[in-house]
Amino acid sequence: MPEKYQIVKKEELTPDIVRVSVYAPLVAKKAKPGQFIILRTDERAERIPLTISSCGEDGSVSVVVQKVGDSTLTLGEMNEGDCLRDFVGPLGVPTEIESSGKVAVIGGGLGCAIALPVAKAMHDAGCDVDLIGGFRSKSFVILENEMKTASNNLYICTDDGSYGFNGMVTAQLKELIDSGVKYDRVFAVGPLIMMKFVCKLTKEYDIPTMVSMNPIMIDGTGMCGCCRVTVGGQMKFACVDGPDFDGHQVDFDETMARAATYREFEQQRRRDHNCRLEGMKNA
Amino acid sequence: MPNMSMNKTPVKEQDPNVRNKNFLEVNLGYTDEEAREEAARCLNCKNPLCMEGCPVSVPIPAFIQKVLEGDNAGAYATISTANALPAVCGRVCPQESQCEGRCIRGKKGEPVGIGRLERYVADWAIKNGTKGADLAPANGKRVAVIGSGPSGLTCAGELAKKGYDVTIFEAFHVAGGVLSYGIPEFRLPKSIVEKEVSNLEKMGVKIELNVVVGKTVTIDELLEEEGFDAVFIGSGAGLPQFLKIPGEGLVGIFSANEYLTRINLMKAYLPDNPTPIYKSEKVVVVGGGNVAMDAARSSKRMGADVHIVYRRGEEELPARKEEVHHAKEEGIVFDLLCNPVRINGDEKGRVKSVTCIRMELGEPDEKGRRRPVPIEGSEFDIEADTVIVSIGTSPNPLIRTTTEGLEANKHGCITTAEDGSTSREGIFCGGDAATGAATVILAMGAGKRAAKSIDEYLSNK
Repeated sequence: MPEKYQIVKKEELTPDIVRVSVYAPLVAKKAKPGQFIILRTDERAERIPLTISSCGEDGSVSVVVQKVGDSTLTLGEMNEGDCLRDFVGPLGVPTEIESSGKVAVIGGGLGCAIALPVAKAMHDAGCDVDLIGGFRSKSFVILENEMKTASNNLYICTDDGSYGFNGMVTAQLKELIDSGVKYDRVFAVGPLIMMKFVCKLTKEYDIPTMVSMNPIMIDGTGMCGCCRVTVGGQMKFACVDGPDFDGHQVDFDETMARAATYREFEQQRRRDHNCRLEGMKNA
Repeated sequence: MPNMSMNKTPVKEQDPNVRNKNFLEVNLGYTDEEAREEAARCLNCKNPLCMEGCPVSVPIPAFIQKVLEGDNAGAYATISTANALPAVCGRVCPQESQCEGRCIRGKKGEPVGIGRLERYVADWAIKNGTKGADLAPANGKRVAVIGSGPSGLTCAGELAKKGYDVTIFEAFHVAGGVLSYGIPEFRLPKSIVEKEVSNLEKMGVKIELNVVVGKTVTIDELLEEEGFDAVFIGSGAGLPQFLKIPGEGLVGIFSANEYLTRINLMKAYLPDNPTPIYKSEKVVVVGGGNVAMDAARSSKRMGADVHIVYRRGEEELPARKEEVHHAKEEGIVFDLLCNPVRINGDEKGRVKSVTCIRMELGEPDEKGRRRPVPIEGSEFDIEADTVIVSIGTSPNPLIRTTTEGLEANKHGCITTAEDGSTSREGIFCGGDAATGAATVILAMGAGKRAAKSIDEYLSNK
């Protein structure tokens, strides 16, 4: 039996993105699509929130991580058999899964790792699911086969046209709608700017749209208010009221400004991290 | 002969202009001589009013007499009969409104420095080691305690002494609750909290970190599937209130909970720490309680100029007097009788200034406190890049919304009887989760009462 919070599996999805499965049976038993966990790699590490990608019957919980910041780089350097210091969850309200209707589930980049379990749950429940996955370029595409089996139709889009549809997810969605597909609902998860424009489009077509927010967080239980998002003029905490909200009500511009709160700090940390790595290589 | 000095024996403190740049403890504590000198000021009253003022009824004159005799081990044993966390209470209790507020010596001159003496004894015990409390034989009954703050730690300790098998469930990755995430190192060193927690573990209390009750596991599952015979809820009042004024979504606005959690729990004040902290030059802290003082003094130590904005006057500041005094010494500016009405931002959506309005005190409200009333047309701006909101917290809804039949009032506080029992059999509650935000010592008192009730409930079951 694995140890508590042990990494039981690690897969490179792209050079920058890894899927890490962690032994956390209490979380695995409870987790539902759309919920998240918070982990710490080591004694000094920060708490990082990550949406759950899948859970195994063996008590493992998978998260997909892009190695962008100091902490995610550290996580990316850990190997199978290593133990995380902390792993808590499942947090947040699960995504509402209805049992019928035509749904477009949209993922942008790493967001596809979150779109996948939501699409799968809706598909398994009886929805007709179109999954639209957007990536920068062909080499960034992840989870293609899994997304295919979790949906009725999978549409991969790339910004540079190197694979699938040539353009953004919004353009693909608009093309589908204009070609006559009648969506009852849309679920979108990915970069804030993508969710903002998906919502702008679906509002024009009057299609109810849920978005999964991923703001800065510390505790994940409603204690710090760091993850607050203005939804319909009301202050909501993404960690306990969300992370899913009515996308037509979310103040994306405010959320985007707030997401940049620690940008300078993070850039410095990333530089330091790379310097440390270089130092180790040269030593 | 008692020491008839009108003033408390002074305690050494770090110089204000040194300490406002570090996170080391401000108050350095009494030496043996100073402690005995102060202990000699106690009149050992036949009818000690100080004890009536103490929420857990520490036998105050009795322990002070032991200090006077040089019997610190005896003094510690005396305090321990009533208080499980004396090193904490000696530092953070609002003594002026409790024990010291009732001390007869305070009628003419300063009261006996009971808090300083309690701390002296507790620190002596930590340094010199003491025999742990006597434990009753294991009775085979299991109690789950939710939250490892002051009420949970106290309840767990009391039950362990009585022979119960106790497990504490803590949502964070460190035990201690507000003692760990809220109160800063310079007022309550975390090594003290760790020591108190490890003492409980030595008594056989198990601590499960990273468990969010209501999410990872529910109370009903603890009772029905995990084999617990009773549950104590000590989950505190963690939900921060915001100002609900225009501009509160700007970058640079933090709840005191967030700011302090980054500093204390995540150690963002240490150099090269991975948890980010906002780089502030001019900070406005809104509120006048202990948490506001902690936030103000922490941001001062991070290098900012700090203003405290409070809507009532100096007399009404709810913080401990010593904290206000220390904050002023450290160079924090108090803008009293004014209240923020709007936060203004720059083109990048970052805080630029806070518009405040001057207030005057009007008629007393239902609690007898004079209600602040805005003076029309008196608005003015304070330049700031950071606003820390410290106007109170309310109980987290996570537990009451996931436990059927558990009643709560309109403020979200779990309804309890005097003995800590709730609307559900076998579920007890105390501390801020039941009362709303209050003090460490009141939470400890509630934890202790609930432990007694849990013992009675399980003995009769």
